[in-house]
Amino acid sequence: MTNTAAIDEKTNGHKPEAHNGHQPEWANPRAMAIPAEGFFELERGRYGPTYPRTPACHGFTIIAKIKPGTEQEIRAYGKKLEDSVAASPHVLAPLQLHYLRWVLFPIEQDTYFMYQGIFDTDFDKYVEDAIQLFSSTGITTIFEKLEGFPEDWRTNAPAFIKFVRDHQRPSFLEYGEYPFVSADEIKKALRMKEAFTVMLDQYQ
Amino acid sequence: MTAELELDDIQHFLLARTPARAARYEFLTFADAEAGRRWLAGIIDKVGTGASVGSDSPDARWVTVGFTWSGLRVLGVGDASLASFPDEFREGLASRAAIVGLTGANAPDHWDVGLTSPDLHAIAILFARDGAERDRAAREHARYLAETSGVRLLSFLDLEAISAEPREHFGYRDRLSEVPIEGMTRAPIPGSGRPIKAGEFFLGYADESGVVPALPQPAELTRNGSYVAYLRMQEHVGAFRDFLRAQGATQEAQELVAAKMMGRWRSGAPLVLAPDSDDPALGADLQRTNDFNYAEMDPHGYRCPVGAHIRRMNQRDDGESQERHRMIRRGGTYGPALPPDAAEDGVDRGIAAFIGGASLTRQFEFTMNVWVNDPSFGNLTNERDPLIGTHDGTHDMTFPKRPVRKKISGLPAFTTVRAGAYFFLPGVRALRTLAGASTPARRLA
Repeated sequence: MTNTAAIDEKTNGHKPEAHNGHQPEWANPRAMAIPAEGFFELERGRYGPTYPRTPACHGFTIIAKIKPGTEQEIRAYGKKLEDSVAASPHVLAPLQLHYLRWVLFPIEQDTYFMYQGIFDTDFDKYVEDAIQLFSSTGITTIFEKLEGFPEDWRTNAPAFIKFVRDHQRPSFLEYGEYPFVSADEIKKALRMKEAFTVMLDQYQ
Repeated sequence: MTAELELDDIQHFLLARTPARAARYEFLTFADAEAGRRWLAGIIDKVGTGASVGSDSPDARWVTVGFTWSGLRVLGVGDASLASFPDEFREGLASRAAIVGLTGANAPDHWDVGLTSPDLHAIAILFARDGAERDRAAREHARYLAETSGVRLLSFLDLEAISAEPREHFGYRDRLSEVPIEGMTRAPIPGSGRPIKAGEFFLGYADESGVVPALPQPAELTRNGSYVAYLRMQEHVGAFRDFLRAQGATQEAQELVAAKMMGRWRSGAPLVLAPDSDDPALGADLQRTNDFNYAEMDPHGYRCPVGAHIRRMNQRDDGESQERHRMIRRGGTYGPALPPDAAEDGVDRGIAAFIGGASLTRQFEFTMNVWVNDPSFGNLTNERDPLIGTHDGTHDMTFPKRPVRKKISGLPAFTTVRAGAYFFLPGVRALRTLAGASTPARRLA
């Protein structure tokens, strides 16, 4: 009893405590309001401004109009990617993703595509690797259905990158219930939990 | 199908290593187009091409010529052509230093005077078999400059090997690996990985994307050319040795720390193959010293830490898209060796190197930005390349180890970048076009 009380007092009732005595960053949910430009201070990356890591990690939201009549092809590609990942679960691993959300929605007579990705790497840093992966997994087949996508993207990486940047809509608010935690850390923690469970089972 | 490399047109520099033990880099400025073309016209015949590679060439010296973007402009290359070069080359390394992590003590405001100015137009790189041959060729070039008015030497750097086998000032064995080029490298040493498409290094060929990337225009000026990033990096040998002494009571313990930072013992023996103690015979044996990988042989870095220099610069089977970021390194050491027991003497010594390829941003800038200076590289939390990263005492180095890892906090800077620039090395026909009166460079609009 005494021990529990002492711990509760130290940890403010329910907050876990890191081994070094400080509150771990992930313990406190955080929200971050972001200026219209998408960054607080201009920091140049190789292809343009870099965007900050937020409590909801790195990520982007690309919104672009699709070419008329391509909606079904785009939707069909969703199924194709599902199959690719089922066949080869780690095919997108280099992108260090948490989540992808692909959305099609109408504005008046037009249809728009939204590609929202939440990931752990700074997009500017790994952009060429991402393009290579988009290309090898066929994600580029969706981009080719977007208006204004450069036709010479295969030989012109900077034009591809410019399209993505031009259509990126930065968030003005991001929230993380367990802020700044990478997918790698989450998987490590789950593996650890798994290992402990097995270990404790062995002691029964 | 692999397109044949036009070896008679591509400058020798990136195609193959020379047995040079001395070098001189001359940084030049042109008063005007006429002066620049005159100088170039007289030097083209001395520029080495790939035609001699593999022959039993009796060459004693190798000349390479490159230009900055402002140098091409001064030579009369037209605006449309100038605009078709990639942004990073147009801007130059000094303008983009912060992007690649060259900040603080490594920032361009501390660099060699002259090399950050748009007056830097060209570089002449001379590699020579020995110091005497270098001095002879340098005198010859000085004479040539004296009789070619309007071309001025902004600065120069003399380089010389400091030991019989390739070694840099910290004492690490150097030149242990070479990127194999498809259609060029005959017998890559074991562990080099598969040959890389020539288009990763020379413009106008298919690269690892499978297609020939768009060339800056006109193609006659850029085909068979390459870009190089120049970096002069001072090595603080005294600080390095003091650091090692503070890290271990015994010579063995200190050597292990040196090996963990590099990923190789100073003999060149890789930690993956020689994890516990040095194996100088292995280090010296090029057939064995590269023949290892990481994902299979050392996935957690218990032997070679993930943050070690060589594991950052070539992740072998443990990284993504490695073939898009391979680079060809040329260069050598400058300054006298600091004798083993001597205290730091304050003399400037280090490495002055060129990092070459077909895309400065995808290769050199990516490597510096991510592999060298990104604190979260490889899922590490607060580390940079221990030897060539930008350090101000706030980054760490961890050596994974059972049962608990070893962590060195507050790593000091062992190197300081003192100069840097971007150059384009045109093919020899393009050099003639740039120099030529019959085909004036003005035509290259």
